[in-house]
Amino acid sequence: MIRRHLTAAATILGLSMGGALAQDYPTGTVSVVVPFSAGGPTDTVARLVTESMSRTLGQQVIVENVGGAGGTLGAARVAKAAPDGYNLLLHHIGMATTATLYRSLPYDPQTAFAPIGLITDVPMTLVARKDLEPQDLAGLISYVKANKDTVTYANAGVGAASHLCGMLFMSALQTPLTTVPYKGTGPAMTDLIGGQVDLMCDQTTNTTNQIKGGEIKAYAVFLDQRLDSLPDLPTAKEGGLEGVELGIWHGLYAPAGTPEPVIAKLADALKTALADPKVVERFAELGTKPVPADQATPAALQAKLTAEIARWRPVIEAAGIYAD
Amino acid sequence: MDLLANLGLGFATALTPVNIAYCFVGTLLGTLIGVLPGIGPTATIAMLLPITLSLSPVTALIMLAGIYYGAQYGGSTTAILVNLPGESSSAVTAIDGYQMARQGRAGTALATAALGSFFAGTVATLVVAIFAPPLTAIALQFGPAEYFALMMLGLITAVALAHGSILKALAMVTLGLLLGLVGTDIYTGAPRFTLGYPELADGLNFVAVAVGVFGIAEILRNLENEHEREVVAQEVRGLLPSGEDLRRMVAPILRGTALGSILGVLPGGGHILASFASYTIEKRISKTPERFGHGAIEGVAAPESANNAAAQTSFIPMLTLGIPSNPVMALMIGAMIIQGITPGPNVVTDEPALFWGIIVSMWVGNLLLVILNLPLIGLWVRLLKVPYYVLFPAILAFSAIGIYSINSNTFDLFAVAVFGLLGYVLLKFECEPAPLLLGFVLGPMLEEHLRRAMIISRGDATVFFTRPLSAALLAIAVLVLIVVLLPNVARKREQVFQEEDA
Repeated sequence: MIRRHLTAAATILGLSMGGALAQDYPTGTVSVVVPFSAGGPTDTVARLVTESMSRTLGQQVIVENVGGAGGTLGAARVAKAAPDGYNLLLHHIGMATTATLYRSLPYDPQTAFAPIGLITDVPMTLVARKDLEPQDLAGLISYVKANKDTVTYANAGVGAASHLCGMLFMSALQTPLTTVPYKGTGPAMTDLIGGQVDLMCDQTTNTTNQIKGGEIKAYAVFLDQRLDSLPDLPTAKEGGLEGVELGIWHGLYAPAGTPEPVIAKLADALKTALADPKVVERFAELGTKPVPADQATPAALQAKLTAEIARWRPVIEAAGIYAD
Repeated sequence: MDLLANLGLGFATALTPVNIAYCFVGTLLGTLIGVLPGIGPTATIAMLLPITLSLSPVTALIMLAGIYYGAQYGGSTTAILVNLPGESSSAVTAIDGYQMARQGRAGTALATAALGSFFAGTVATLVVAIFAPPLTAIALQFGPAEYFALMMLGLITAVALAHGSILKALAMVTLGLLLGLVGTDIYTGAPRFTLGYPELADGLNFVAVAVGVFGIAEILRNLENEHEREVVAQEVRGLLPSGEDLRRMVAPILRGTALGSILGVLPGGGHILASFASYTIEKRISKTPERFGHGAIEGVAAPESANNAAAQTSFIPMLTLGIPSNPVMALMIGAMIIQGITPGPNVVTDEPALFWGIIVSMWVGNLLLVILNLPLIGLWVRLLKVPYYVLFPAILAFSAIGIYSINSNTFDLFAVAVFGLLGYVLLKFECEPAPLLLGFVLGPMLEEHLRRAMIISRGDATVFFTRPLSAALLAIAVLVLIVVLLPNVARKREQVFQEEDA
């Protein structure tokens, strides 16, 4: 009986403290965990967004790189962190794919987090070593089908964007290729530039500069419209390839149980950051753009996460590749 | 002359007061961070990245570059003074550098490292300025087969690193290879030897292993004997190298610089080999190989030069192609992107002031490092006079902070403890940690490149012999193996070993 009263009192106290907290939030440094190494594309996105959010929130928003195990270590850390709005997670499409790629995760991607909002959808480009014969996507498709025993496809490891994109590409062509995995995008790109492998499909954040520099050849962007940064690059559909549309979406999360007003404040700050001309400009240089304002919301991110988990489950299960 | 005009532009950029100031701040920070075991340049640059946003791009990159090579230099300071290598490169410096320190020659070892690094830095800067594009083209010729052959060569020469029993050295290399297997198999995604710990999915942390088997083990050994608790001899003789020392170090510095400049360009891990390989070469060609492992000045001069030269030339793939050869270069690319500069082959034409400014600032930074560090040597050496009951806990605390900062992961701290114990046990059995570390670093790369070459060749193993570069490297590896196994050489080894025992 007494215990029940105490619990109730504690709950009320907790709630009122939560309320006070939410009103003044943030009063200290906010940490955003990026579950990948510093300097990578996700890290770059995070640093651009947090820099702007710092200015809106009036407190330092810092990026903490907690890499490892396909992003699941960093995600697990935030899932277990105090839900006070000072521990956030910036993760990409991997949040949805790891739900299937890993048969045992220390958290449930669907329930362990309170979504804050979507950030950006980074488009994918199909690129090749610069001396690969075919001149366009249609030519490439027949070339790949004719030489399926010798064409090699590079990816940045199990669960990487380039791995997912390769699965889509091969299943659209009904042609399995020799897949050459690398430890991250950097070495894969090096070997593509060096002509050691034939094909790769990766985020514009990784490929735009090399395409513009003429170090690699680009065949298509896997998007429904052409990119502003690479206007000459046709879409997959223009080149006669359907069903490979893929964007590496990034979202911002808090641990489940973070007070509603705090989430709202963070979502507003995120929205402001995504309208920040500097962020828009830098994103454009990377070949991507912020999501529209109505997507930078908790509801939109929750819907995206649920839909994407459902989309990738059959693809990954059909490929039979797991990361644990 | 284009080069002169370009260098002129570089000097004009690098020698503005602001850039000199930030270059100094960068090298100073780098040195300090390098001295703290564990905290590496990657963590530091990641932490400082937000601060550099307010600077102009060239100033920001000059400072970040300064942190990088400053840390390379600072790392050897702790390796020499207290046997705590923070990176694979300084693990080699620790072998003879720490022995020199125990003989009271810490000042000489530090000065040798500083002078060797400065010379190597100067030469490598010129190499970057003159040969960046052609070297890039050569580096791109290196496919998986070539890297496999290169790692093979490195691994075979690793045996020569040991100065004791060849059997124990082989055992240590093998143990290192096995430890390197821990983690996710990148080809299938299957976890190997992770014992169910997700923290092991990306393998054991190099710094945790290195600090454990070198530093912590050494501290444990020192605590054994109550009367001889010392990190190094209390008496410190001459801070600066004598004429004899200078004579001994010239050729190793030249060879180390040449080797490091070449290996540093290879983005697939060539720079890791630089210091190991140069040490091995010095020991092989020395008339008195028995001095190695017991404080040979050549054993400090060569790897330090090689390491610093490789650190400079590893900028080449980043500057000319926009591809990172190591995590620090990945961060530099991130910094460029955040600053609105497009990394890639266009940097040199679009941003000539930035490109040449960074190159020249490397030389300026190396000069600053010498100016900064030669006077500091006296201070560092005095650090050794700190009583063990203050020094040991301080070393442990700083190591722990540094290692935690890499991945913000407590698991790595337990790993340090475990490897500290392992290192102590190995010390008791007189097994040396350097070959273990080389096996640990090279093993995963050896496997990765072997399997990738086989996948690309569709299972055809002749690819290693039909590609000329790969075939040449493997031929050299066989040659080294023959030299090691030749009966008379083996006998000489044994004699050396017996003399040491006697």
